[in-house]
Amino acid sequence: MIVESKTVRFESLPLDCGATLAPVDVAYETYGRLNEARSNAILIAHALTGDAHAAGVSKVDGKPGWWDSMIGKGKAFDTDKYFMICANVLGGCRGATGPGSVNPATGAPYATSFPGITIPDMVRLQKLLIDHLGIERLLSVSGGSMGGMQALEWAASYPGVVVSAIPIATTARHSAQQIAFNEVGRQAIMADPDWNEGNYYDSKPPARGLAVARMVGHITYMSDESMREKFGRRLRDKAKFGFDFSVDFEVESYLRYRGNQFVGRFDANSYLYITKAMDYFDLSDGSGSLAAAFGKGSTRYLVISFTSDWLYPSYQSLDIVQALRGMNRDVAYCELPSNYGHDAFLVDVGEQTEVVRGFLASTFKARS
Amino acid sequence: MPSTASDARRRPFVTDILGRSDYAIISELIEPDSRVLDLGCGEGELLQWLVQNKAVDARGIEIDGPKVQRAIARGVSVYQSDIDQGLTGYPDDSFDYVILSQTLQESRRPLEVLREMLRIGKHAIVAFPNFGHWAVRLSLLFTGRSPRSRCFPHEWYNSPNIHFLTIRDFETLAREQRWSVERKIFLSGRRTGVFLANLMAEVAVYQVRK
Repeated sequence: MIVESKTVRFESLPLDCGATLAPVDVAYETYGRLNEARSNAILIAHALTGDAHAAGVSKVDGKPGWWDSMIGKGKAFDTDKYFMICANVLGGCRGATGPGSVNPATGAPYATSFPGITIPDMVRLQKLLIDHLGIERLLSVSGGSMGGMQALEWAASYPGVVVSAIPIATTARHSAQQIAFNEVGRQAIMADPDWNEGNYYDSKPPARGLAVARMVGHITYMSDESMREKFGRRLRDKAKFGFDFSVDFEVESYLRYRGNQFVGRFDANSYLYITKAMDYFDLSDGSGSLAAAFGKGSTRYLVISFTSDWLYPSYQSLDIVQALRGMNRDVAYCELPSNYGHDAFLVDVGEQTEVVRGFLASTFKARS
Repeated sequence: MPSTASDARRRPFVTDILGRSDYAIISELIEPDSRVLDLGCGEGELLQWLVQNKAVDARGIEIDGPKVQRAIARGVSVYQSDIDQGLTGYPDDSFDYVILSQTLQESRRPLEVLREMLRIGKHAIVAFPNFGHWAVRLSLLFTGRSPRSRCFPHEWYNSPNIHFLTIRDFETLAREQRWSVERKIFLSGRRTGVFLANLMAEVAVYQVRK
């Protein structure tokens, strides 16, 4: 499946911070066909560093989508049955308006004059896209990590639109630990002199800072067990320690590689803005009561967590499930066994495929 | 997904239900279009059947992860929890029926579970293996060891059953708690009569309400 992103421009988008962005671009991809009843559309929301290219092979660079294991012919999100949509999030750097976009008022990139954004802002932009595509109801909204937050926000904000939601490895509110890890990443970027208060678009980007932020991120996406299995204490291309701060261990080499690779495809300011949006996320809006946030809609939920995910631990998924159950809402929940930590929703998709496929099939059958 | 052989030994009543003939019992008890919660629902076979044949709004609770996955894969809304803790979150009167099939004797606090069932549901349907069955009584009498029978196949040290009850025990409890017994059905291989039920029935199914 060769795929290509499209971009659509909207006149303006009011934001939670009070500012209005105008205009706003959003890049998106679609897979499969919208049926005549327009009842088979599913929105996929990506995580922190994802993009609109969720599945298939990119026409531009030949790379597979970030959730290609889950989306496609005969897969969990079966493109023979469903019409799949994925868009770059607001504030991103992969086709959506973000801090790297040109501010029409100044003719220069927004940089840190870009307004602060939230998960609900991202969802509002996606709603414009869905309206633009002529879709009134979404059979499902799904995503892992920050994508799961968007799925929860969708169901809370537009209960009449969202038939079902599949939040995976996620939370209804960012915890102190999650905020703390994001802050380390942001500090790494801002401590890099090349960051230059965010104004680096006509010079050198803060590559070192962004790479370190990515390294921290990667550690939190894995588990102790998966790191032991993958790297152990193995040395990289040497038999003895170097005693010189060059790469000794395999794990160092891996993190450096991942960090450097990331710099080529991601904008440091986008990283700052999007991690803040995650940290601001609290579906209960500070009230502490999730039940009120979920309201009275009829959205069906499938909540999934993973045993070794310590970044978004199962108790956070259970909080969501308990709140829904307290309102006697239709919710299925399972904690899938995996050693892959938070990354499990991307890389360990066997059991995830079975539950998502069955849940979608019964939802589709009941609502069409 | 067919049950495994060991499941079949452990949960004879569920197996009976799945063997078509005893669908009749549950379908007699459960009204169409009702709200049903199945505690210890396994792979969700019964709930799936009720959805398809009775158009019920079905939910399930199951402790075993792989069974939860298979139930969700069947399209049944099941969540993973144990039933001793899993019911507290539900508001009062959330369901028309709360089903507890072959799990009462495995629960840590069976009376609390029954009370919770009747708090969140109008009717509780409880199926349990009868420890008063003649085979159990004879087994204890003649072997002098912890009784084993078709419904109680385990050794004392590996049995999931931690609270043994008879039909008379349940009747006594229902009287003490002032629950009204709406229906009772006794099974021994196939359906048996009420006559000498505590001696003759291997499994009892009760429908009670507050």
